[in-house]
Parts: sequence; C-alpha cells; structure tokens
Amino acid sequence: MTYQGTAPASAAEEMLPEAKPGPARRLVDAIRYGNSVVLTLLAMLCALLVGAIMIVIADPPTRSAMGYFFSSPWDTFTRGWHAISAGYVALFEGSVFNPDSLYSNGHTPIFGPISNTLLNAAPLILGGLAVGVAFRAGLFNIGVQGQLIMGAICAGYVGFAFRLPPLLHLLAALLAGVIGGAVWGGIAGWLKARTGAHEVISTIMMNYLALGLLNYLLGISGFQAPGSNQAISRSVHGTARLPHLLGPNLSLHLGIVIALLAALGCWWLLTRSTLGFSLRAVGANPSAARTAGMKIERSYVVVMLISGGLAGLVGCSQILGTNHALTGDIDAGFGFDAITVALLGQASPRGTIFAGLLFGAFRAGGVVMVANTGIPADVVLVIEAVIVLFLAAPALIRAIFRLRESRGGGVGVGQLAKGWNA
Amino acid sequence: MKLELRAITKRFGSFTANDAVDLVVEPGEIHGLLGENGAGKTTLMNVLYGLYQPDEGEILIDDVPVTFKGPGHAMSAGIGMVHQHFMLIPVFTVTENVMLGHEQTTPGGFLNRRRAGREVAAISKRYGLEVPPDALVADLPVGVQQRVEILKALSRDARLLVLDEPTAVLTPQETDELITVMRALRDGGTSIVFISHKLREVREVADKITVLRRGAVVGTAEPGASQSELASMMVGRPVQLTVDKEPAQPADVVLQVDGVSVVDPNGVVLVDNVSFAVRGGEIYALAGVQGNGQTELTEALVGLTTPTRGTIAITGRNIGKLSTDEILDIGVGYVPEDRLHDGLVGQFSVAENLVLDHFDRPPYGSRGSLNLRAIADNAAVRVQEFDVRPANGLAGASTLSGGNQQKVVLAREMSRPLKLLIVAQPTRGLDVGSMEFVHRRIVAERDRGTAIVLISTELDEVLGLADRIAVMYRGRIQGEVPVGTPAAQIGMLMAGSTSAEAAAGTTSLSKGAVAAPGAAGVL
Amino acid sequence: MTQRPPEDELVVTHEVVEIAVSTRRRTIAGIAIIVTGLICLLAWGLGSKAGDAAFALSDIADKHQIPFVRIPGKAAGVVLGLLIVLLGCWHLARGFSARSMRWVLSAVLLCFVIAFLCWAGTGDPTLQLSIFGLLQGTIFLAVPLILGALAGILCERSGVINVAIEGQLLAGAFAGALAATVAHNAGVGILAAMLAGAVIGALLGVFAIRYAVNQVVLGVVLNLLVLGLTNFGYDALMQKNTEGFNNPTVLAPIKVPLLGDIPLVGPLLFDANIIVYCVYVLIVVVDVALFRTRWGLRTRAVGEHPKAADTVGIKVSRTRYLNVILGGLVAGLGGAYLTIGAVGSFSGNISSGKGFIALAAVIFGRWSPRGAVGAALLFGFADALQTLLSASHTPVTVPSAFLSMLPYLATLFAVAGLVGRVQAPAADGEPYLKG
Repeated sequence: MTYQGTAPASAAEEMLPEAKPGPARRLVDAIRYGNSVVLTLLAMLCALLVGAIMIVIADPPTRSAMGYFFSSPWDTFTRGWHAISAGYVALFEGSVFNPDSLYSNGHTPIFGPISNTLLNAAPLILGGLAVGVAFRAGLFNIGVQGQLIMGAICAGYVGFAFRLPPLLHLLAALLAGVIGGAVWGGIAGWLKARTGAHEVISTIMMNYLALGLLNYLLGISGFQAPGSNQAISRSVHGTARLPHLLGPNLSLHLGIVIALLAALGCWWLLTRSTLGFSLRAVGANPSAARTAGMKIERSYVVVMLISGGLAGLVGCSQILGTNHALTGDIDAGFGFDAITVALLGQASPRGTIFAGLLFGAFRAGGVVMVANTGIPADVVLVIEAVIVLFLAAPALIRAIFRLRESRGGGVGVGQLAKGWNA
Repeated sequence: MKLELRAITKRFGSFTANDAVDLVVEPGEIHGLLGENGAGKTTLMNVLYGLYQPDEGEILIDDVPVTFKGPGHAMSAGIGMVHQHFMLIPVFTVTENVMLGHEQTTPGGFLNRRRAGREVAAISKRYGLEVPPDALVADLPVGVQQRVEILKALSRDARLLVLDEPTAVLTPQETDELITVMRALRDGGTSIVFISHKLREVREVADKITVLRRGAVVGTAEPGASQSELASMMVGRPVQLTVDKEPAQPADVVLQVDGVSVVDPNGVVLVDNVSFAVRGGEIYALAGVQGNGQTELTEALVGLTTPTRGTIAITGRNIGKLSTDEILDIGVGYVPEDRLHDGLVGQFSVAENLVLDHFDRPPYGSRGSLNLRAIADNAAVRVQEFDVRPANGLAGASTLSGGNQQKVVLAREMSRPLKLLIVAQPTRGLDVGSMEFVHRRIVAERDRGTAIVLISTELDEVLGLADRIAVMYRGRIQGEVPVGTPAAQIGMLMAGSTSAEAAAGTTSLSKGAVAAPGAAGVL
Repeated sequence: MTQRPPEDELVVTHEVVEIAVSTRRRTIAGIAIIVTGLICLLAWGLGSKAGDAAFALSDIADKHQIPFVRIPGKAAGVVLGLLIVLLGCWHLARGFSARSMRWVLSAVLLCFVIAFLCWAGTGDPTLQLSIFGLLQGTIFLAVPLILGALAGILCERSGVINVAIEGQLLAGAFAGALAATVAHNAGVGILAAMLAGAVIGALLGVFAIRYAVNQVVLGVVLNLLVLGLTNFGYDALMQKNTEGFNNPTVLAPIKVPLLGDIPLVGPLLFDANIIVYCVYVLIVVVDVALFRTRWGLRTRAVGEHPKAADTVGIKVSRTRYLNVILGGLVAGLGGAYLTIGAVGSFSGNISSGKGFIALAAVIFGRWSPRGAVGAALLFGFADALQTLLSASHTPVTVPSAFLSMLPYLATLFAVAGLVGRVQAPAADGEPYLKG
C-alpha cells in the first residue's frame, strides 16, 4: 500500500490560499454578502421604518385619516408622509445641520447642531467603552448607570466643596469621579470574584443603591443647594468645570476630547498591552486562561475597576461639563444607552466612537424633533433598540434583504458572553 | 432487521464527510465499522439516526427505502443509538432517562414513574443489564451509564443498535461485560453496528468489518484479517505500531509527590493519599480509566487545585503556596487533557495561543506592553517546527483541526526550557499521523532530560511510551509496575484489583482483555 | 482473586467525607451573627424607650377586630438579641451544618426584624404599627414579583435566560391599562396584558432560539425597546387623552365565602382580586407540572441537555418556544396587576425594576417555583417594611432614601452571600444549533 500523506481531510480545506480580490470585487461582495457596514446601514433602515410607523400612529391627523381610510386612502398616506418627513427632517436639523441657520447671524447657529451631537456623543462613547471593555473580558456590566452616578457624586462634591486653583481643581474632580465609578464597579467585580455573584444581577442592584444614595444626598445640607427645597445640589465652581471648546455660546465642552482619548487608551489596552491580553483571554476562555497561569479573579476585579472608572468619566462629563449641579436625573439615560452603544460598536473602541456619534446625533436631533413636531423623543430610544436588535441577528437582516450567507464572518458581540453558568 | 445504506454522501460546506458510502448489515449480525478519528464513522451513523440529512443516497430497512426526518423517526423504525458522549441527563434518575420521550402518564396526566420503573427492571433483567432504577445518573460510574443508554434504546424496541465507540470509557473488565451483552443481543436477533478505532476489539466481536477512510469505504474484511492488514487499510499506508525509543536514562528526582489528597467542596475524595517520584529523563505514566482522579491530580501538580493534604515538590521546592503562574515559571509545561476547553483560546490566533502562558515575559511583553513583532516571529518559527497546518500564525485557533490544535499546545509548552512536562491524553481524538508526531516529540523531550508525567486512558499508549507505569483507581495509586508488564495485569489494576491479585489473576482472565504483545503501540 | 459484589459497582465511585464548613468561614459567619445579635441587644433592646409597642393585626375596616398585641420594646430587644448571640456562639463553637444554616439565618433575620419593629413601635403610646398592613403590603408587592419569577422559571428551565421579565411586566402593564380603557372591560385588559407579555416572549424566543443571540444582551435590549415603546405610547396617546386611553376600571376584590371570614388570614389572602387568585393557582400548577408531568420532564430535559432530548425525539426548539411564550403570558399577567390590578392608570416605567428583582428571586430560589416564591415574598416584605416605616412616626426617623434601598441591598446580599455559586439548568442560555 502506498503512502498517502497524513494530513486529515479537514486540513486540506484550511490550506487553500486566501484569494485577494480587487477593490471593485470587494465592494460587490460587501453588498452581496453584507459586510458589517452594509448590515449596519440596513439595520438602521429597518429601525427608521419602525420609527416611521410609530410616528404615523402617534400623529393625530393621520390617525383621524385612518378612520376613513377606505373612502379616501390617499389622505392617510399624505398626512402620514407629512408627519414622518417632518419628524426625520427635524431629527437631521437638530443633529447635523439646519439650512435656516445660514441666514442667521454669526457662526453659532450653524455649528449648534453639531455641537449638541458631540456634546451627547462624549458620555455615550465613554459609557460604550465602559461596557465594551468589560465585554471583552467576559463580563456584562449593566451597572454603568450606578457607576456614573457615583462618579458624578464624587466629582461634583470635589467640584463644589473645595476651593482649588483652576487646572488642579478640574484634575482633582476628574480623579474623584473616576475613583467613585471605579470603586462602585470594582465592588461588583470583587463580589463576582469572591462569591460568584453574577455581575448582571449585582450591577443592577448597585444601580438602585446608587440612585438611593443620590436621592439621600440631594436632601442633606452640604450637598443640597442652599436656600433650595428642590432636589438639586450646589453648583460646581468654575475652576472645576470642563472648558467649552467652541466659545461660550455653544455647549460643547472638553468631554468629547476626554472620550476620544479614552477610546485611544482602550485601544492600546485591548490590542497592545499585556494586561489587555490577559483580560481578553479570560473573557474568551476563562479555563484556558487559568490553566495558562492567569488569575481570573483578579482579572474580574481589574476590569470592573477600569469599566467603572470609564463610567465615572461619564459622570464627570455630566457634572463638570454639561449640568454643573447634581439632580436626581444626572444619569439622563446614558447608563443604559451605553449598552446599546457598546453593542452597536461591537465592543471595539473604533466602533464605539462611531456608535456614540450616531446615538449622540439621535439624542441631539430628538430634542429638536420634540420641540418642532411634538413627536415624543422616546421614538429615538426605540430606533436605537431596534438597530441593535437587528444587528445582533445578522441572519435576520440577510433574510429580509435576501443577501447571501456570509462565508465565515466574525462572531458579533451578540454572541459573545455565555449563560449563568459561564 | 436488515439495514442497507446506498451511496450515502454528506457534505459540510466544501468538506465531504461521507463520500458515497455503501453498507449492508444483515439481521442478527455484529457489524464492525472501523476507521480513524475523523474518518466519517460518526457522521454516517448520525445520518442513519436522522440527526443529519444525507445530501445523496438512500437508506433501506428490510429492503424498503426510508427517510428519517429526525431521531424520533429513526427510533420508531427500530433504530437505537448509543452515542459516544452519553445522551443522558445527569440530574435525572435512570428511570426518568429511560422514559424520556415516550413517557406514560396516569389518567390524571401525571408521569407514571412506578410503571416506568417496573419496565426498566423487566428489560434490565431480560438482557442482563443491571441498573439501579432510582439512582441519579450523575452518581453512576460510566460503565453503568452506558448500560442505561443501551436500556434506553431497548425500551424503544430497537432492532438495530448502533454503538459509537462504546469501549472508549470502559475498563477492560467492563469491555468484556459489554461484549457479552452484545453477543446476547445478537443471539436474540438484534443487529448491531459497532463503531471503533480499536482493531483488537473489532476483530474479537464483529461478524463482518467495514473500513472507512476519509469518508469513503475502503474495503470490507472478515474478523480473521490480521491486525496489520486492517491497520494499513484504515490509515492508508503501512503503520509503525511501536514507538522508537532508547531505554530511559533517569537523572535526579524532579517531581516528588507525598501523600497528596484532593477533596472537592462536596466532600468527595477525588485523590486519595497519592505518593510518587519522577526523575529527569523518564516518562512516568499514570494509567487508569477516566474519572479515577488523574485529572484532579494533574491539576494539583500545576496549582489549579489546592491539595487538601500532602506536599508536592518540584526540584526540591515545595509548590504548596505557589500560584499556577509561578509553578509554570519554575519550568513546568502542562498539556491539559481537554485542549479546546483548557489549552487554547479559540477566538485567539495561533500566534497569541503560542504565547498564552508567557505573554508577559520578555521578549513578548515588557513593561506592560506587548511586542507584537516578537509574538509573530515566534509563531512563524513554531508553526514550522511543529508542522502546524495551515502554517499561518494569524489563523484562529478554533479553525484548526484537533491534531493541529494539539500541536499548537505542545509547541507552546515545549518552546521554553522545561524541567517537568505534564501531558494529559496527548493523542485523544488525533489521527494516526498526528499521534506518531506527538509521541516522537514527547520522547524527544524526555531525551533532553525533562521529567515527564503522562496521563492516559489508552493502555496501548501507556505501554508504548512509559518507562514506569502507575495505575490510578478511585483516587489511589493502585499499583506501580515496571515497563513490560502484561496489559492484562494492568487492566486488572485499572479495575480495582490490588497488585498481588492482578499478578495472580493474569492467567485466569478472559481472552478479551489481553492485548497481543506485538500490538503495544499507537493503535 | 476476590469477586466484588455486583451492587458495589452501582454506587458512587468515590468515597465521600463529611466536610465541615471551613473554619475561617465559620468564624466569620459566627462573628457576623454575634455582631447582629449585639446590635439587636444594644440598639433595639437597651436603646429602646420605655413602654410597649402596639401591633395591629387587623384592618380598621374589618368586621372582626383583633385586639392590639402589646410587647414591651426593651424586653423584646434584649431577649431576641440574646437569642441571636446564642446562635452565633453555638455556630462559632460547634458549627451548624450547611443544611441547617439556612434555617439559622432565617431565624436570625426574623428575630432581628421583630426586635427592630418592637423598638420602632415603642415610646409613643398613641402609635400602633399595623402588622396587618405590613403583611398586606408584602403580598401586594410580591404578586408581580412572583408572577415575574414564575415567568423566568418557565423560560430558564427550558434553557432560555429571561432578563426581559422587566420588559414583559411593563408591556403587560401598558397593554392592560390601554385595552381595559378602550374596551371598558378589565377582563379584556387582562387578556391584552398577557398577550403583550407573550409577544415580548415570542420576540425573545425568535432571537434567542432561531438567531442564537446572547440572551442576557437580548433581554436588556428588549427591556429598552419596551421602555421606549411604552413611554412613546404614554406620551403620544395617554398623556394627550387620559379619559380615552388611560382610565381603566380597576379589578374589584372578590371575597371567598367562609375562607374570607377567617380573622387575619381571610382579609389578607381571600379578599383579593382575580389576579391574586391566579397567582395561588399558578404557583401550584407550575410546581406540579414542572416535576410531575410529561411537559415538565421534557422541559427540564431540554434545559439540561438539549442534544439528549433531541436524540429521543423531543423537539427542542418547539419546547423552548412554548415555554418562552408561556412565560410571557404569566409575566404579562404580572404587568396587568401593576395597573388594572392595583392603581389603575399606567405611568411611565411603572415596573420600576420589579422585573430585575423577580429575576433575582429566580436565582435566589435556585430555579425552583417554591424557592422563587419564598424569595419574592422576602423581597416584597423588605419593600413593605420600608413603606411602613416611612409612613409611621418611629422614634428615630430613618431617611426614606436609605429604606428604599433595603430590597436591593437584600437582593445583593442574597445573591452574593447566601446563594453564591448556584447551579443554573446546565444548558440555560445556550442556543441549541443542530450540526
């Protein structure tokens, strides 16, 4: 009998050389098989359609036209179209560019929408990074809300209770905010490491604890604004505030720069550092990481400290940049939006920046949409959730748009973590 | 029941797992299906059982074509299957496992456990398959779990039984019992397909043998065919049945284990007062049936488990207080038994996996940052040296075949100066080519003066590689025997006899467990 | 050669030794109990004002009035505190087994709470603490938790993690209020609520089972989706036209003849609305069905080892869809209780985290209906205690913000300390994909 080689059958397939297609071919393939950009755009399209349906239902003229749909169907369509276009135009004008601003005085109105988008993008990017970094280490941090509240409390306290020289005061407040968030996140990591308490449950509970603490603090002297019976704290001194970037009339502050620097830091951490290597290994396969001598428990604590610290920066951006005083609503929904941002950004720093900008635009536009058209801003929340839902199931988008099954294809964040026992 | 498979083809993407396979099983016949790991045996049987749909070909039962949409279909047609990985629910009792899927209920709609229990007792009596009906499956030894699997099939009136690698988890004695049961079933008219890669067993029990290679039938044989003939059919070339190695040159003691016990949180004693010593330049094999404490002992050796009692010293240094990291740093290499679970990070590239346990040491990492160039260079070298395919450091580890994954783990562990190498089940699931390679590397490492602890459930592997052999049974070292001890004697130790009993009982043991002395080797 | 007796082979392979809880853990636990006892003794006992605490055991409106129970505050605190200290000392010296530890901790908790109530009620002769109100509040707050937890169990026993309980409650509450208003019929409201819960369940099922999306992520996103949808509906419809969209009829309590007349128990348990009676039935039905019927056996098989279930002809995906949707129906009912079963009208985010507490109850109760109901009652009690204390004028006022944190703190301790590494159904959260 002759020698036939020992490569197992499956190896033959692996040894096929990877063909390198040209750019035109790659573009065609991207559309036929749907790469992640195409899939994201299609998911957004689906989400905007869902939003459109909601706008139509909420629009009283359209609703009344639906009442006599069969006698005059055209009314429903024209009124519906009117409502939808008014809504989405307002969304665009509020977030990117409003043509009317060209006829007004000065540059402020022209850059207003962009400024608002970036203003909202900063906490979204930071929060998205917080969730994303934890994700890469195998933890699902639902506690950004609580961590950012603790960050805001600490940063705010340093901001209004002390008198320090300008730059030093800001740095001290930022540091306090980071520590506040990191400790709150670290507790959840420590509980997981020591007792095995699942981080999803413990971070949710810590959210409510932080809210309770915030409500308590807003009622005691020392925190509460003097002479006020409202649940609002004293104002952060000017020395501890994040400086405005585009002049005093536009609200954009240094937070966006901090967010981009944080993204850069996370990129280095995840791809270039030994700590990131071990965090990723623990996230992808804890047993193999442990067998290779890594300390899983320590990894859980460390990553929750980092994640909580980033969430603390969200609090800083809110209290030192946007609001200057603590209120019960300091979270402003950023805690949970951080999760959708991280999911949309596939837990990568670069993706998170794009996702944060997109959702920042939605938020900025949503405000204008409510003001101009009366459509409730929550439609934006639904659109965001639908985008993420569709992106988590690429096969569904492929089925809807009849794209071919991808060959290979990476594992999305939607499939990353495992069940309770993992 | 007569079964006929005609030109069955099953593809997964561009990979053809079964290529026009023909197979005829006559009524009341034990048909051996022989082939290497990855030859397509299990895929074929999953097609037969309705778990996969064939792309081409047809299945005939008693000369009537049938199609099975799912296992339910196949079962109702009288096909029963005992899977390699038992399809039992650990937290259910034996009765619940047997009744699952065809439960009988009382008029009120509640489960009729009593009646099901009676049926289990009746069937187990009829075929001599003794099981405790009310015990939880998780509490039973694997041999008994296998009986439960067979009972499950029989309780559904299976007339053709497929046994997929049934002996992999059994002691030689349990294998004997299984063979007795198989013969009894055959004599009662049940047809049996017996899937195995162990030549000896197939030759002993089968009435007819079909050999599969790379998804295709390469021939049929009678059980009288010689072992080497079958082996070369299976592998496709003449096979070297033994490992070439010089006699060991033992040096100083490297590993000293004294009175080590491991108790799990529920109080189960997993390792019971184990003591032994391994010298540099020798291979010390821990043989034994799966689940007799070998896994926990190795975990204690590398600091993954803390022993409840006893001391472990490596090159004279007590490792009791050291972390895994520090133990690996002393110069300990560890190849865990479950590669994908413990040895590799599937989502990481080959290059990253090659530095998994020394990524933070120079040159790969220093002052907190990774040296990606050094990691890539290391990968290029190791991939060449260990013949990993594809030879691409950027390939994801989970895309590699089992043999190549094992090579990656070995390459990593052998790429630094070692004093002690612990290898668990180094060739589980590998094809013959990879097996030979792995064995050669282990012997080469020994010849460099490294102390080697080999944990294996494959008796042939132990006999072929070891310089000294210890047998573990229920957490104890049941006995230590020199190389050259007859396989039967080791088999008795694996089943719990003491050394003296084993030595005395060798001659009286049934022929089934006795390996031909010449077969000691890779197969 | 000695032949081993055959039965020897049938038993567990390994020897089992009785493991004492590690000394360090025992010491810590013992000291913690003693400290609890000392707090009880010093703060609630010696720190108590002179006089008796008065407890009301019946509602003021009740036909059968039970006289107030009076307990001297100081004595109660001292006695109960000493009892706890004794338990702690015993644990330190001899050690309770892991099994009895649950009961010991329950006893410590009970003593501590009673002593605390005595302390809080002592010192003001005009003050009566309503134990009846406390228990009624417990049940009131526990009903949605129990239904949410049962929904979670139905899903998770079949292997689908349900973090979307919160969303199912919220959807049920919204749909219930809306439908009951539009149809002028609370029954329609209940059906709509269950349907809404089931729709979220079906979404969870499709994405988890068909598209294998990570189920925790999925649950969180579904919660956000439902929050957005209901807030949108609330702003766009209900706020603009409360009469037309958010003015449901509230379910009237139905008094069970005879049973409803038993003092204390009657008004507490048998004078409630239809949803509460559904809860009684559902607890029993789910518990019995899960462990004694064909459906239950198959559900648990699918949740533990889907492939094994598949090989005996059980349709894994179908079983999971069925359970996820059943769970949605149950959670939707829980949502209905929040609006038409209680306050009537819907308001934004009315579920306010109850779904997450229900999830904690599932885990705390180790995925068993009985355990989860017990946990839900405990969480409900913590919440009711908080309400009671912030409403009554105790000698020292505890800030209500801290009291409102009590249930969450209890959950955190429960999940971290008492439960630790519990074993979920083996295949919980893992999609089953055929090869």
